[in-house]
Order: sequence, then C-alpha cells, then structure tokens
Amino acid sequence: MTQAAPLSATARDPAPAIFAPRGGLLPRLIDWILRHPRMFVFLMVLPITLWLGIVYVGSLIALLIQSFFSIDEFSGLVVREFTLKTYGELLRPYNFDIILRTVLMASSVTVASAILAFPIAYFAARYARGRWKAVFYLGIMLPLWSSYLVKVYAWKLVLAKEGILTWLFAKLHLTWLLEAVLAVPVIGGNSLSVSYLGTFIVFTYIWLPYMILPVQASLERVPATLIEAAADLGATPRQNFRLVILPLALPGVVAGSIFTFSLTLGDYIIPQIIGSSRLFIGQAVYTQQGTAGNIPLAAAFTVVPIVIMGIYLWSARRMGAFDAL
Amino acid sequence: MDAVTFRGVSRHFGPVKAVDEVDLAIRDGEFFAMLGPSGSGKTTCLRLVAGFEQPTAGHIEIFGERAEGVPPYLRNVNTVFQSYALFPHMNVLDNVGFGLRVKGVGRAERHRAAREALELVELGGYGDRRAGELSGGQRQRVALARALVNKPRVLLLDEPLGALDLKLREQMQEELRTLQRSLGLTFVFVTHDQDEALSMADRVAVFAEGRVQQIGTPEEIYRRPASRFVADFVGSSNVIPADVAGVGPAGQWASLRPEDIVLDPAGRPATVTARAFHGRYTRLALDLDGQPLTALVPPHAEAPDPGTATRVSWDAARAHLLGAA
Repeated sequence: MTQAAPLSATARDPAPAIFAPRGGLLPRLIDWILRHPRMFVFLMVLPITLWLGIVYVGSLIALLIQSFFSIDEFSGLVVREFTLKTYGELLRPYNFDIILRTVLMASSVTVASAILAFPIAYFAARYARGRWKAVFYLGIMLPLWSSYLVKVYAWKLVLAKEGILTWLFAKLHLTWLLEAVLAVPVIGGNSLSVSYLGTFIVFTYIWLPYMILPVQASLERVPATLIEAAADLGATPRQNFRLVILPLALPGVVAGSIFTFSLTLGDYIIPQIIGSSRLFIGQAVYTQQGTAGNIPLAAAFTVVPIVIMGIYLWSARRMGAFDAL
Repeated sequence: MDAVTFRGVSRHFGPVKAVDEVDLAIRDGEFFAMLGPSGSGKTTCLRLVAGFEQPTAGHIEIFGERAEGVPPYLRNVNTVFQSYALFPHMNVLDNVGFGLRVKGVGRAERHRAAREALELVELGGYGDRRAGELSGGQRQRVALARALVNKPRVLLLDEPLGALDLKLREQMQEELRTLQRSLGLTFVFVTHDQDEALSMADRVAVFAEGRVQQIGTPEEIYRRPASRFVADFVGSSNVIPADVAGVGPAGQWASLRPEDIVLDPAGRPATVTARAFHGRYTRLALDLDGQPLTALVPPHAEAPDPGTATRVSWDAARAHLLGAA
C-alpha cells in the first residue's frame, strides 16, 4: 500500500474538478463559439456563402441575363430588351458548326483521356507503394507545374512539319503511315500541327492529369476485398473489371470527364495555336466579346457549355454513375 | 477423400514466414476451425485455399486436384469475408446472384436461386435492399447466401462473426452449425476466439507463428494440449511445473485448467492476490508457494477476499503432462 502514497496525498488536497475559465479576449471568444455550435457553423459558412453567392453565382446570373439581350445590327449597341434572338443566332450554320466542332472535340478528348488514364490510375491505386507512389504523383503533377503556354508551344514544335515527330517517323521509315493519317479527311491536314488530330493530341496531353487523379482516387476507395470477392465468386478478370471495378470507379471517371470535357469546351488557346484555324466555342466567345463587341452572343455561347454539362451530369446520374458514392 | 490437403505448404512474404511448412488434411463434410492469435498464419492458410495467395513452397490439393497456380475464379470454393465484402452498387438479390451471373446463368433462374438462398438465411423479403441498408448481422447472412448459392465444394469463413455483438454471435454460431450439418458441406472457419472454435468445430487446428501446433477434436485440444502454447492459448490453462501439479517429475510442465482448481479446506494453502466477478464464475488469482495460478470458482462459492489466505486442491488426473515443446 505504500506505493499508493502519492495518489492518496492528492486525495487530501483535491484538484478542482472543473478548471477556471480561460482569460484573454481571443480564448474567451473561442470558448464562447465552441459553446454555440450553430454560431460556429454560421461563421464558418459565411465567407464561402458570400463568395459563392455574390462573386460566383451573381456573375453567372449577370451572364445569363446578358445572353437574353441582343445587339442592334446598325449601331452595334446592346439592346437591353429580353429576346431569344441571340440564341437563335447560335443555330445559324456557321455558329452551330462551332458548337458541334467543340462538343465533338471535347467528347473525343474525354473518351481518350479516360482510356489512357484508367490503366495508369489502376496501377497507381492498386500496385504502386511507397517510392513508386511518389514517382507516380510527381509524374502526373510535374507537367501541371510548368506553364500551359510553354507546353502548347512545345507541342507545336513537336507536331510541326519540320518537327521531331516527322523526323522520328522518317527515321523509322514510317513516313507513309504519318502521311496516310494526315490524308484522312477532316481530322488530317498539311501537318499534325495544323490538323484537328494535332489539336486532339494536345488537348488530351494537357487535360490527362485531371482525369488520372480523380480516377485514381476513386479506385483507391474500392476495397481490395471486393475485387477478391468477385474473383472468389467466379468472375474472370474481364468480368471483374466490367461488373465490379469499373462501376465502382465510375464516379471518378465522371468527375475526371467533367474536368476534361468542360476544360476542352471552354479552352480558346490550344485550338488557336494548334489546329486548322476553325473556331471553337472559347475562341468564338473571345472574338465576340472582344473584336466584335457582341457581348450577348458571347454570353449565349458561354451558356452552351453550361447547358451541355448540366445535361451530361443529369444523364450520368440517371445512369447510376453516382450510386456507389 | 479429403476436401483440402496441405503438404509442406509455405507462404513467405520476404523474410516473414506467414505460413511455414504446414501439413493439413481437412475431411469432406467436416466443420474445420483454424484457431490462432492474429498473425499466426490462419488467415493466410484460408487465402491459400481460396486462391488469393499462392504458396511459395509445398502442394495444395482440393478434392484431390492440384490447386497451386489456379486462380480463385477457377476454384469451386467460396469465401465469406470478415468485412462481408458485399458489392455496394448492387442490391441484395444481385449480390447473391453474382456468382451465377458470371457463370452465365440466365436472369430468371439466377433470381430464383438467389431468393432461395436468401430464404435459407431467413432474409426472404430483403432482395431489393442495398447492402448499406442492412445491419451487420443481416450483411453477414447475405454474404453467406452469396457464397452458398454457388454450391461450393468448400466454404471458407474468415472470422465471419468478428463484427457481431455477443448475442447475435451466439445465435449465428448455432445457425452456422445447423446449416453446415444440413448441407453436409465442408466448412473451414478461421477464428481467434477459442470458445467459437471449440463449440462449433468437428476438428480444430491451432496455429502459432505460421505453423500448426496441434490438430484434433475440441475435446482433445482442450483436455490434452500438445504444447505450452496450446495449453495457454486455448482455455488460458495454468502451465505449471509437473511436480507442483502432481503428474510428473520436476523439469517437465503440466497444464491445469483454471476450472479444475477448487476451494478445499483440506487443500494446499495459497494466497489470493486478485479477484474478479464475471457473472458465470469468479476468477481468482492465487499464489501457491510463489507459483501463480488462476482459478475459476462458481460465483456462489464463498470467494475469499484479495490478500487473504485460502486452501485449494485439484484432481491430479485432470492435470495434463505437456510434451517437451
């Protein structure tokens, strides 16, 4: 019983069961907020609500309103009257081709990114450990750290007629292949750097990390035991992929495709530097609000990707892409 | 014919010998338990049977057929996972029907079989629910139905009752036992709970450090433990010098079950060092001439207070002389 002596000493001179309130303005304020959890939530949510509400949603609404105005063709002034005339202009063949071209490009870039990203993300999520995982992240992120313009111009040189790719094909005696590809109507052209194919390659390169990262994150959340369970129940690797891995990773693919799709829809630099000088939505917005001074048409063009993304997300939800969330 | 045979099977992970030269023969139609502390290699053995792991040495046969190198989906063996591993993107019926689906069974037939399997585990009306809407015990039953619907030759259960509360556990233990008897199926059950292993299994293999310490019926394991480890792990036996136990010469060891020690006024003097009331029994820690002993006495016996002297005795026939190990 002698060992217990120090403990019994405190029993004779007991420490307070509740400590005195903290002094100082800031500690008292913090203690007060902690006692009022609703206040705490309010203070946390306030800045982001203001930001989202005023700066973000507010400007979107302003944009939406602009798109319902029209331009007086003689004076070039914006007529502040609600009309659907500007939207009607989007349906003119020249403008509608821009939309169609952009949507087709964004879809192809998204599909290609998903196909390229999946094996990379799968390897990173399931097999890479420790150092290899670091190498993976570095490999994915490194291109994001350098300037977008530098990368696009670098690609222009790579894809140019006198560029490294043409040289490489010549060295491999595959010039005929490159020429055959460039001879394909629509996607081909004089050289890769002035063809839709070139635009597609650069878009895919630039946006690929935005697909890999969410797919990798969603694959990482698929428990290994589910894949084992499927194999245990007799699923071949192919069935396992189709019935278990892909459906469970689908939220990641959808998240990634939102990035690749909407970034391609809105980009105006890549198609300007690389490709046949035909316009994409981003370039159309740029020219309409700049040189042409047609703000309503620019706004209407901007609404197009928003509507397309809305339809895309709605149908993804209907297809059950988010069921596993 | 034996259901599963291990001949000198090892599974080493680098320097870690998870399973080391294990020989086993699991009989057709028996309830076989693999018992051991965590890290003893019992789960790795189960995974070797399922095909999730491949042996680094030795041979595994399932019903006489070589299993090394055979992937899980080509084995007619199914697993009930510790985490249940139900597919979150499917309802209960599709979960249960998964094994039939990947084998190409048509929708109507597979739904009928899945409903039947759900009836078997008393979850008849639950087919439309999602796995997330079920309680732990219900998930457990779904996992069981999902495995049984495939009519496997061997059913593997990896600590299936670990996550259930005590009452549900006892109920499931009984149900599993009844199910196994009525189906006549070979069950291989991994557990760290000796009560569970002893009460459910026809035979038990006790694992430690990747090796099998003893294989036998629950009675054999309990009454005649082969080693100090088995004596201590199964039933927390008192491992004491054989001369103290009264069954052999000094220098050898004997196992004496705590419940075989009785309070006896004519017995040997001992000091009570601690006492704990457990409801069904009272556990006494004793000091018998410097030899610590644990005794379980009936809760209604006049249990002496800690610090007081008492007298204890035991029937020397109940003490078991241990091997050299």
